[in-house]
Amino acid sequence: MSALRPVSGKYGYGHTSHSLVGFVRPPGYRRAVSEDGFNSGSENGAVLVKARGLSKRFGPLEAVRGIDLDVIRGEVFGLLGPNGAGKSSAMRMLACVSPRSAGSLHVLGMDPDVDGPAIRARIGVVPQLDNLDVDLSVRENLQIYGRYFGLSRARARQRAAELLRFAQLADRADSQVESLSGGMRRRLIVARSLVNDPELLLLDEPTTGLDPQARHQLWDRLYQLKQHGVTQLITTHYMDEAERLCDRLVVMDAGVIAAEGSPAALIKRYSTRDVLELRFASQVSRPTPTELAGFVERVEELPDRLLLYADDGEAALGALHRAGVRPRASLVRRSSLEDVFLRLTGRSLVE
Amino acid sequence: MAELTTYPTPPRAAGRVLPGWLSALVVVERFWTWYRHGWRATAVTSVLQPLLFLLAFGVGLGSLVNTGGRAIAATGGVPYLMYLAPGLLAMSAVQIAAFESTYPVLSAFKWQRIYQAMAASPITPGQIAIGNLTWIGLRMLSSGVVYVLIIALLGGVRGFGVVLSLLCATLCGLAFSSLVMTFASVIRNEEVAFSAFFRFVLIPMTLFSGTFFPITRLPAWVRPVAWVTPLWHGTELSRGVALGTLRLLPALGHLGYLLALLALGAGLLKRRFQRRLST
Repeated sequence: MSALRPVSGKYGYGHTSHSLVGFVRPPGYRRAVSEDGFNSGSENGAVLVKARGLSKRFGPLEAVRGIDLDVIRGEVFGLLGPNGAGKSSAMRMLACVSPRSAGSLHVLGMDPDVDGPAIRARIGVVPQLDNLDVDLSVRENLQIYGRYFGLSRARARQRAAELLRFAQLADRADSQVESLSGGMRRRLIVARSLVNDPELLLLDEPTTGLDPQARHQLWDRLYQLKQHGVTQLITTHYMDEAERLCDRLVVMDAGVIAAEGSPAALIKRYSTRDVLELRFASQVSRPTPTELAGFVERVEELPDRLLLYADDGEAALGALHRAGVRPRASLVRRSSLEDVFLRLTGRSLVE
Repeated sequence: MAELTTYPTPPRAAGRVLPGWLSALVVVERFWTWYRHGWRATAVTSVLQPLLFLLAFGVGLGSLVNTGGRAIAATGGVPYLMYLAPGLLAMSAVQIAAFESTYPVLSAFKWQRIYQAMAASPITPGQIAIGNLTWIGLRMLSSGVVYVLIIALLGGVRGFGVVLSLLCATLCGLAFSSLVMTFASVIRNEEVAFSAFFRFVLIPMTLFSGTFFPITRLPAWVRPVAWVTPLWHGTELSRGVALGTLRLLPALGHLGYLLALLALGAGLLKRRFQRRLST
């Protein structure tokens, strides 16, 4: 039984694989779904995060404007959105370090306003901004963090040793944090967030600023955690990351949820199966969107190319060719989450 | 179906909420872990500084004072080193408070963000504040012990009253530290704020709070300034218990003032940390 099996379906997003993607769950989860629609209080299938009308206001600025979320035990849940969409504000409320302005919120069945410390004892947080203790060694960072969570000295030492291996930092255990590379620091922060064996892990842009190797290494660790049943909530603005890691996700824009579903379901709902990209030799030879409207579902004009959305890209390209459209270059590709994201949040720069 | 690999049982978190005082002690443990890396550097200053001060003022300047006349009358006939030593103890506590409560606190919020890292754990902002303050208190005590040993070597210790002096000096330093930490957690422009603090608060206070001479020798209009400072009360207490000259009523007054200041400072500090770490 290959451990990679459930995920392998996620890399292709053709129609045929839709049914496999998103909600691949062990039998325990299925029972919970069928019996009480994910609202079971039992271990598997329990709702770990439940937000209704959750809002955050900073003076006149309304960063989060009434969002509803349900994160279910065992899943990897994505929170996507452009910069300033309110992702980090939402995460800070879930992490119980920022009181909500309105709405209701339950994390692990408890209210952060009442039981903040008790919730924090059972969750792990990977912050967007690096806050490692740079004056301490790698090992000390893990040990002292374990002590914050009430671990005994012996247990903290033992846990630090386990996490050093997990983060592939065992040979750097006694180095000062300052000497670590960006990828190593990030792995150390992830390791640190696991010191209390969290039931829920909140990751705020975990791979921002990392090179491709470091990103892949981190993804491997996160996948490993998922295999161990650690529920994860990830914010990111890398669509490939979201597509790769998340079972379910929401797209936030300007403080509200713009769309919700599995990556495949979102692609199906908000885009076509294929995207046809056409480049033309000059603006003159480039047909206008109205001229192309009959051939495809939707046309988008970019400065350097046209994007044509169609369920069968090859067929559309053939039809265009027969109609005398002669692009300098053409490319048929599958729709990705990025297409959905840009459609939902717009291409103009939001800051 | 093959893809329905059985997941392991979801983890049971190992973290737990510690009682308040234990949480504050864990914060102290973090500072201790940090201190062990760099203690050699501070060890040199914590021996060198008292040695220099005691030699320059206690022995050097003392040789002038001890010649008699009006100068020695001001100390109540006590040899100057013995008069000065308990005052220096209080001054040292206040200096440690000033240094440990300014840039390190600002940095922990702004640059290193270690408070934010702590606040993501079950430890509350108030416990972080009190833990850090406790650590600063321990630093004052340990440096104070070194001070006392050097005073003893130079022959400036009269009896076991010096142990009480050390405690009074630490109380004085803690009261000051709680206020300075609050200040450091409020300011945004550290360059201006801290240099103003060192120039217009710390230096005048260390010069005019009765460390080197009784404030009765100051012009009458300056004395109320000294009365407000924690250092004057700390110096009076520290010197009084070391020389055995303290009377009950003033002692209670000084003690009450310092305790009230500490209570006020710690209250403000906890509230300030709460607001800054939970926004």
